[in-house]
Amino acid sequence: MLYSEKVMDHFRNPRNLGKMEDASGIGEVGNAKCGDIMKLYLKIDDQGVITDVKFNTFGCGSAIASTSMATEMIKGKTVQEALELSNKAVVEALDGLPSHKLHCSVLAEEAVKAAVKDFYDRNGIPYDEKTLAASDMAEHAHDESGLL
Amino acid sequence: MYIYADNAATTKPSQTAIDAMVSCLKEVYGNPSSLHSAGQKAAEVLYQARVDVAQAIGADFNEIYFTSGGSEADNQAIRSAALTGARRGKKHLVSTKIEHHAVLHTLDKLENEGFEVTLLEVGPDGIVKVEDVEKAIRPDTALVTIMYANNEIGTIQPITEIAALCREKKVVFHTDAVQAVGHLPINVHDQQIDMLSLSGHKFHGPRGVGALYVRKGIPLRNLIEGGAQERGKRAGTENLPAIVGMAAALKEAVANMEENSKTVTALRDRLIKGLSHIDHSRLNGDPVKRLPGNVNFVFEGIEGESLLLLLDDKGIAASSGSACTSGSLDPSHVLLSIGLPHEVAHGSLRLSLDESMTEEDIDYIVNAVPEVVAYLRDISPVWEDLVKGDKDYVIQ
Ligand SMILES: Cc1ncc(COP(=O)(O)O)c(C=O)c1O
Repeated sequence: MLYSEKVMDHFRNPRNLGKMEDASGIGEVGNAKCGDIMKLYLKIDDQGVITDVKFNTFGCGSAIASTSMATEMIKGKTVQEALELSNKAVVEALDGLPSHKLHCSVLAEEAVKAAVKDFYDRNGIPYDEKTLAASDMAEHAHDESGLL
Repeated sequence: MYIYADNAATTKPSQTAIDAMVSCLKEVYGNPSSLHSAGQKAAEVLYQARVDVAQAIGADFNEIYFTSGGSEADNQAIRSAALTGARRGKKHLVSTKIEHHAVLHTLDKLENEGFEVTLLEVGPDGIVKVEDVEKAIRPDTALVTIMYANNEIGTIQPITEIAALCREKKVVFHTDAVQAVGHLPINVHDQQIDMLSLSGHKFHGPRGVGALYVRKGIPLRNLIEGGAQERGKRAGTENLPAIVGMAAALKEAVANMEENSKTVTALRDRLIKGLSHIDHSRLNGDPVKRLPGNVNFVFEGIEGESLLLLLDDKGIAASSGSACTSGSLDPSHVLLSIGLPHEVAHGSLRLSLDESMTEEDIDYIVNAVPEVVAYLRDISPVWEDLVKGDKDYVIQ
């Protein structure tokens, strides 16, 4: 199997799927040319706790599963805790991803950071750019197997 | 319910092929190169398989070389013709942008080794123009290699015209007919084809076996050195059970070609009609000049791998040219060559049919695909932008 059971479960039954009308912050990362876009919506209360998360994703199975897992991992957490979410933690929670799919987990981490950044920007909250940078850039694989 | 609609990737071996292979494994264990009677029996079986394969494509038995598959046949044909050309000062090779990687990567290597390669564009219909081939041929052209039918979008190339042109210009012509043999009527002599590659597993034969046809008088160089098998042109003790299985499958495919082609074409057109109702979708490749079993669509706003996984959950086996399914950054070179932008090419779906399928199977697919497409569009930020009008549809 290409994917772990965890990945397939999150792909088949994505958690927190959908859009949000009154989001406190929205992050959109990736690009359609490369084949993945993630859009993440956060609802954040006065204490800085993420009370709700929603997402939409255009992309492969691992892209959908990675976003789903990331939403589950940050829901109920504070914004600061959410910023500590690494792509590695997403991969571990999914019981691994194939090496050429690791970039999906990086995108999921970036989506969380982009949504928090949007929340900070909307509310004029100052922040350090460094805390919003992705922890680790996985390279896209360049192997060209193509169709049989 | 399990519908196998990925016959362009590989086919299920027919009972005839399986029976032929099993009986060969059990009873024909001798080495065809051995002088004793067990060996001679094997040599006889090998000869008969060669005759059968030759007859299926209108060749003579001594023009057939068995290989390990389509890839090896392509590699050997192209390398051989290039080397022969180079000895006469001809170092130019002509092909198209939509070839299989077995051809394209061989040409890449030869380019690194000092050959000049012209890769012709195809039109939006996925078909190369004979005039373009004519314009590309130069006095130093050693080889023209153009596939008979495309593995992704199923388009059938004007091979008879191109072969006649090459014969007139005295340039060697090779065709990768892996997707065509057993599905389309082919007669290499009538069609003036110099070299042709075929592969056992695309017409209900086994994998890991194929053949190269080389017209008498065209020099053939080895890829694999060693013993004198295949008249000294391809060393290695013959994979006799596979060869026999391939020959049996091909004989059967050719005998039933007319009937199968009718059945499969009708199923194909029913499927194309059914899927055309999905908005912002498009059939890739020419609607008529295509393989009987090939259907290839793009659906705007979604990505192919997730489409395949969800279809598999519904019991439909298909494939896609999206980057994610190939493990590469780019979607299929074929889809890009017919002018699809990257973001749209990611949303492709190939369904390749065979004669075992029924109208009920097609109707099941026609019901399942729109459901999955609608779900994936519903969760796609790309689709959201298109619906809102923030971005323009590529496919109207
Ligand atoms: C057009 C084409 N050429 C070559 C090949 C390679 O054949 P094989 O898998 O037998 O090496 C394939 C399919 O795999 C094909 O579709």
